[in-house]
Amino acid sequence: MAEHESSSSTVQTQKRARPQSTWERLLRYTVVRLVTLFITVVIGVYLTILIANMGGYVDEIRRSQIREQIAIRLQNDPAFRALPPEERQKRIDAEVAVEEKRLGLDKPFLVRSFNYLKHALTLDLGRSENMTSDSGSRQVRLILLERLPATLVLFGTSQIVLFALTLYIALYLSRHYGSWLDRLFVALSPLSSAPGWFYGIFLIIVFAAWLKILPFGGMVSVPPPENPIRYALDVAYHMILPMMAMTLSSIFISVYSWRTFFLIFSSEDYVEMAKAKGVHPRAIERRYILRPTLPTIITSFALGVIGVWMGAPIFETIFNWPGLGRVLFQAVQLFDTPVIVGATVIFAYLLALTVFLLDIIYAIVDPRVSVGGGQRA
Amino acid sequence: MLRGALKELLRYPSALAGLLVILFLVVVSIYTVITIPYSEAIRLWRGGEEIWGDVPKLAAPAWFNHFTSKKRPLTIKLTSQDEGVESNYAQISDDLWVDDTTYTFDFQYDEFPQEVAVTLLGTFTEKAPYVSIVWVKPDGTEIRLADMAVEGGKRVYRASQDEKLGRKLKLPANASPLVGLFAEDPQAEDPVPMKGTYQVRLEGTLFEPDSTLQSKLVVYGTVYGWAGTDHLRRDLGIALLWGTPVALAFGLLAALGTTVLTMLISAIGVWYGGWVDALIQRITEVNLVLPVLPILIMIGVFYTRSLWAMLGVIIALSIFGAGIKTNRAIFLQVKSQPYIEAARAYGASDWRIIFFYMVPRIIPTIIPALVTLIPSFVFLEASLAVLGLGDPVLPTWGKIINDARDNGALYQGLFYWVLEPSALLMITGIGFAMLGFSLDRVFNPRLREL
Repeated sequence: MAEHESSSSTVQTQKRARPQSTWERLLRYTVVRLVTLFITVVIGVYLTILIANMGGYVDEIRRSQIREQIAIRLQNDPAFRALPPEERQKRIDAEVAVEEKRLGLDKPFLVRSFNYLKHALTLDLGRSENMTSDSGSRQVRLILLERLPATLVLFGTSQIVLFALTLYIALYLSRHYGSWLDRLFVALSPLSSAPGWFYGIFLIIVFAAWLKILPFGGMVSVPPPENPIRYALDVAYHMILPMMAMTLSSIFISVYSWRTFFLIFSSEDYVEMAKAKGVHPRAIERRYILRPTLPTIITSFALGVIGVWMGAPIFETIFNWPGLGRVLFQAVQLFDTPVIVGATVIFAYLLALTVFLLDIIYAIVDPRVSVGGGQRA
Repeated sequence: MLRGALKELLRYPSALAGLLVILFLVVVSIYTVITIPYSEAIRLWRGGEEIWGDVPKLAAPAWFNHFTSKKRPLTIKLTSQDEGVESNYAQISDDLWVDDTTYTFDFQYDEFPQEVAVTLLGTFTEKAPYVSIVWVKPDGTEIRLADMAVEGGKRVYRASQDEKLGRKLKLPANASPLVGLFAEDPQAEDPVPMKGTYQVRLEGTLFEPDSTLQSKLVVYGTVYGWAGTDHLRRDLGIALLWGTPVALAFGLLAALGTTVLTMLISAIGVWYGGWVDALIQRITEVNLVLPVLPILIMIGVFYTRSLWAMLGVIIALSIFGAGIKTNRAIFLQVKSQPYIEAARAYGASDWRIIFFYMVPRIIPTIIPALVTLIPSFVFLEASLAVLGLGDPVLPTWGKIINDARDNGALYQGLFYWVLEPSALLMITGIGFAMLGFSLDRVFNPRLREL
C-alpha cells in the first residue's frame, strides 16, 4: 500500500510543481464533486418536477392544500362561523386568491416551477392527501424520512455483505481458475438477468410458504420485541430472505465479471515478474491485482448499488419491507400525489448521495484522481 | 464475417441452448398471435361471467393430476340438450305439464369438487315453471336440494351457498355442503368422496302450453386447462400465451431503441467533440441520479399506463445510460485511427464518417450488449405490472404475478399462479442472457480463453 502511495505521488510531482498531500487532494476533489453533484441534483429534481407537473398535478396539490388550510383556519374563527353559507364561501375564495397570489400561483409556469424546485430542494414537500406517518403526521417529509432508516438498513447491509462476498469468491475463483466451482459460477451467470424481487417470490414460496421457517415479509415480528438486542436479532431474521434474494440476483454475474477481470490482470507483465521474484501469492493478489483494479471494481459496484436503489419500490413491496420504496408503492395505490412526488425527489437525493460517496471512495483508492472530475494520469 | 461468427457461436452449447429458447418463444408468439387474435385476447381477458361462468375459480392446471395419487376433479358440464341427458315431457292435465330432466355423470376423483351449480332457464307468460332438484348418490341415497319457481326466466342454484343443506345433512359446522353431496360418510373426520355414477334429477312442472324449461348442470372441478385459472375464473393460459409476444416485443424494441440511440449519440458526441461532447457527458451524469423507476411510477399514475407509452419513456430515460461511457471510450480510439483521417482527406461528410466508418466498428460490442439488455427490459415491464402499473388491457406475465400477489396466492398455496408466469420470465431471461454471453465471447476474443 505504502509503496503505491509513494510511487504514484512521484508521478504527480513530475506533473505538478507543488506536491499535493492525499488529504488536500481529497478535500479539493470533494468540494468540486459536491458542487457538480449538487448542480446535477438540481437539474434532476427540476426534471422530476417538470414531469410531475405536466398535467398540472403539483399545482392542484398546492391549490387544494391552500384551500384546506384556509378553510380550517376560518372554521376556528367565531365571526366566520356566524356568516351565512354564501358569505363564508366568498370569504374563503377571497382568502384563497390572496394566498395563491402570495405564493405566486398566479404567476406563469416557468416562475412557479422554480418555486417548486426551491421547495423540493429544501425538502418542503407539503402535506399528504391520505397517508400519515407512524407518528400520525401528514407532513410528506416526515412520512418519507421515517421510512428512510429501514431502507438504508436493508440495502446498506446487503450491499456491503454482497460486495465483500463477491470480492472474496471472485479472488478465490481467479486462483482456482477452471475448477468445478469456477465453471459453476460461469454457467450460472445467466441467472443474474432476473432482478432481486423475482427471486424474492421464489424464496418466499420455498422458505415462508412451504418450509415455514422464515417470515413472509416485514421488518420485525408483531409485536416487536422490547429488548434492543432481541429487536436487532429479529430484524436480522427478517432480513435473511431479502438479502438472499439480492445475493441470488447479482452474485453470479458480478463474480463472473470480476474474476475475469482479475484473470486478465494477473497475466500482466509486472504480475509475472512478481511471481518470478517469488513474492507470496497473497501479497501479489493484494498489491498487484486487487490494488490497481479497485477503482474499476468500485465503479461497477456503484452502478450495481444504483441499480438496486432503482428497484427498491418493487423489492420492498414484495417483502413488505417498511421502507421508502414501499411508501412509494402505497402512495401509488392511494393515489397520494404529494407523497409520490416527494418520494421521487428523495430517491433523486439518495442516488446523488450514493454517487457522491462512491466518488469519494474512488478518490481515496485511486491516487491518480485529481480535481477536474475523475481524470486519469 | 457474420457467417463465421455464427458458425463459431454454435460451438458454444450455451449459445445453442439460448437460441433454442428464443426460437421456442418466437414460435409460441407466432402461434398465439395467429390462433388468438389481439381483439379476441382482450375480449377474453376482460370478459366476465358470460365468458368464464362455467370455469372453476382458482383451479390448478389439469396436469397436476399426473403427479399426485389423489386425483382432483375436472369440471363436468352438461346441458339439457346434450346427448345422454334424459328428458321426459308429458301433459298431465289441461294446465299441467311435467318436464323431467335427468343428468347422469361419472365421478372417479379423490377430492371434492369446488361447486355444483344448476342453471334453470324457463320461458312463460304468466306462471313460472316450478322445479325440484334431486341429487342421487351412487349408492342410491336421494337428497332433495331445492324447490324453486323459475321467476324472471332464470334461476341459479349453487350448492356451496345452500346453508340449509348443511343443516339438513347434519354436517359439521364448518364443512362445505358439497361434502354432504359427495362424501361416503359426511360426518367423518376426514371425508372422502364416493366414486361412481351420480344423478341430478330436475322435476319440472309447467303451467302453460308454450312454457319451456332448459337447464345446465356444472360440477366445477379444482383443476382446469393446461395453466389453471385465476380469481375471476379466467384461463391463465391466454395470458401466458399472450404475454410471450408482448414480452418479446417490449424487450426487443426497448433494447434496440436504447442501444441504437445510445450508439448514435455517443458517436456524434465523439465525432463533433467540444461542447456537443461535453453536453452529452453532463446529460449522462444527470441521468445517473434520475430515479428511473419512481419516474416511471409517476408517469404510470398521472398520465398513462399504456405499454407502448411506457416503452417510449423507458427508452428516453435509458438512452443516456452507462452505455454512453463505454461507447465513448471505443469511439475515441476509433476516431484517432488513420483510416478516419483518410476518409476525411477524400472529403467524406461528417454523417458519412459517423455512419459508415465509426458505427460499423462498434457493432461487435453492441450486439452482445443488446441481447443481454433484452431481459432487463422484459423484467422492467414485469416490475411495473407487479407494482400495479401494467397495461390496462393487455394480458402480460407481470400482470398475472400482480393479480396472484393481490389475491394472496402465496399465502393460500396457489403456487401455480405465481410460478407459471415466473417460469416463463425466467426462461426468457436465461435464454437471452446465455446467447448474449456467448456472443460476447465470440466478438470479444480477449474473453475467449477465460
